[in-house]
Amino acid sequence: MTDRRTAAVRLQDASIGYDDVPIVSRVDLTVRHGEAVAVLGSNGSGKTTLARGLLGLAPVLGGEVEMLGAPVGRLRDRGRVGYVPQRHTVSGAVPATVREVVSVGRLARLGLLRRLRAADRVAVGEAVAAVGLADRMEEPVASLSGGQQRRVLVARALAAQPELLIMDEPTAGVDAASQDALAEVLARVSAAGTTLLVVTHETGPLASVLTRAVVVDQGRISYDGPLAGAATGHGDHHCLPADEMVRPGYRLDQPTVAVRSTSGGR
Amino acid sequence: MEILEYGFMQRALLASLMVGLVAPAVGIFLVQRRLSLLGDGLGHVALTGVAIGVLTSTAPVGAALVAAVLGAVLIELVRARGRTSGDVALAVLFYGGIAGGVVLLSLAPRGQATNLEAYLFGAITTTSSGDLAVFAVIALCVLLVVGLLGQRLYAVSDDEEYARAVGLPVLALNIVLAALVACTVVLSMRVVGLLLISALMIVPSAVAQLLARSFRQALYLACSIGLVVSVSGTTASYYTGTPSGGTIVLLAIALFLLVAAAVALREATARRRHRRRGEVHAAHPHEHGPGCGHQAVPHGDHVDYDHDGHLHAPHLTGTGVHYDEHGTDAAPADRAATEGAR
Repeated sequence: MTDRRTAAVRLQDASIGYDDVPIVSRVDLTVRHGEAVAVLGSNGSGKTTLARGLLGLAPVLGGEVEMLGAPVGRLRDRGRVGYVPQRHTVSGAVPATVREVVSVGRLARLGLLRRLRAADRVAVGEAVAAVGLADRMEEPVASLSGGQQRRVLVARALAAQPELLIMDEPTAGVDAASQDALAEVLARVSAAGTTLLVVTHETGPLASVLTRAVVVDQGRISYDGPLAGAATGHGDHHCLPADEMVRPGYRLDQPTVAVRSTSGGR
Repeated sequence: MEILEYGFMQRALLASLMVGLVAPAVGIFLVQRRLSLLGDGLGHVALTGVAIGVLTSTAPVGAALVAAVLGAVLIELVRARGRTSGDVALAVLFYGGIAGGVVLLSLAPRGQATNLEAYLFGAITTTSSGDLAVFAVIALCVLLVVGLLGQRLYAVSDDEEYARAVGLPVLALNIVLAALVACTVVLSMRVVGLLLISALMIVPSAVAQLLARSFRQALYLACSIGLVVSVSGTTASYYTGTPSGGTIVLLAIALFLLVAAAVALREATARRRHRRRGEVHAAHPHEHGPGCGHQAVPHGDHVDYDHDGHLHAPHLTGTGVHYDEHGTDAAPADRAATEGAR
């Protein structure tokens, strides 16, 4: 039996999907505080839906889903959870500076009416410095490169000083230098005790930070163990011979070839 | 000034001042959210309110306010609930609003003030002192709410999904914004008319969007532009004898075109300069890289190479690498740092 107090994330027999169609079905997963977990899987495997279910962005259709000890939607202080969405750019229609975008990360901690105070501004400054953009603080986000814009989104999540950080494809479409910078940031955040849950189809340089892999395949967890032993997401091969093990940086974006005749979910 | 000698023009200018300030302060969030036409739709809905007010001999402004706010709340609830039917539901509500208004107004007993055109296109000179007091209260309320909740409204308008994921009250904030739009619609009804309200919310924000570097700057700039075009448009309409609403909106659009052209020209010049420099170095025989013999100088997110006193930044294009000019030389401190690192 899982100790609820030590679980940052707990899914028990959980089904998550849209319009009553489960994309993730009957999944069990426990992530302890301080763990650094990669959620791997090919396109359409359900890995993003799993993360969205945790964040309350996709409805939980059955079973239990808990974050930081509270069922989804009941967690009082949502500022304890940081989120980096799968988005290539930050820029909305109206220009905004790096400071303005990252400051949004603090708002969830402040309730409806409280304004940003000195301590909040310090946290914003630290978050921006952590992703190496301190000298770009007052620049419009749209003037930054794609990789830098992704780092702004990471800073926005870090500004909340979250206990649990959920990231969706943080390295997709990001240049190698920014990926290395991100790995460095995550190593520091992880060392400080933050739980990491990184949804990705290729770990890239993040392989040095993430220790555990959860492979999602057709809406179910097909592998859960050390990152170095993660299967490629091909159907029933839960455990591969050593020579077929995933190297750090292995890509998982090839379509799944295994066809199951008795598949429950998608 | 002659124009200020008339009471009706004093009231008209005061009304246009409030509208010019308030409409862009709300409109900028709609632009950010890419929901520019929400104001237009709520203007349609407000017409039914006006008609009900006229028919029941209550204040049309109050009835319009109630109708527009109810419409706004309904729209947000429809948007939050469904994905597929939302678009059609909005269309039904909007066109239902204007159709209901037209039909109800035609039923009003003769002798009633049922000048449809005045509501659709504005009749600023008919603003009474009572209207002005109501407008002032609405304007203050709207500015107060924007002042208190502006940062949250920005957060939700900028990235609704993120706001939801971190637990901001997204639906409540969306309803607040829609209600602010409804209030602004009613406030602007006399000045620019229900069919042109959206323009005064959106066009000043569109100008600001071209010039500003930050959201805060864009907000202040949009309000200033709104204020200037609104007051000067009203003044111009007095001298030219044209309707105030149309005059204000044409003025705003002229400003937008002017600024857009200036920005496009500036960008084209910058691009041409960039290309010209690119040509200089297109035949750059030397490929810069670590240990190439030229000093590497860190410059923001990349490294420049000091080439005979000017900085070359490698720039990947479809046809290969060319080198952009990035200034003449690094600051001595930077230079010392790189030398130390070598």
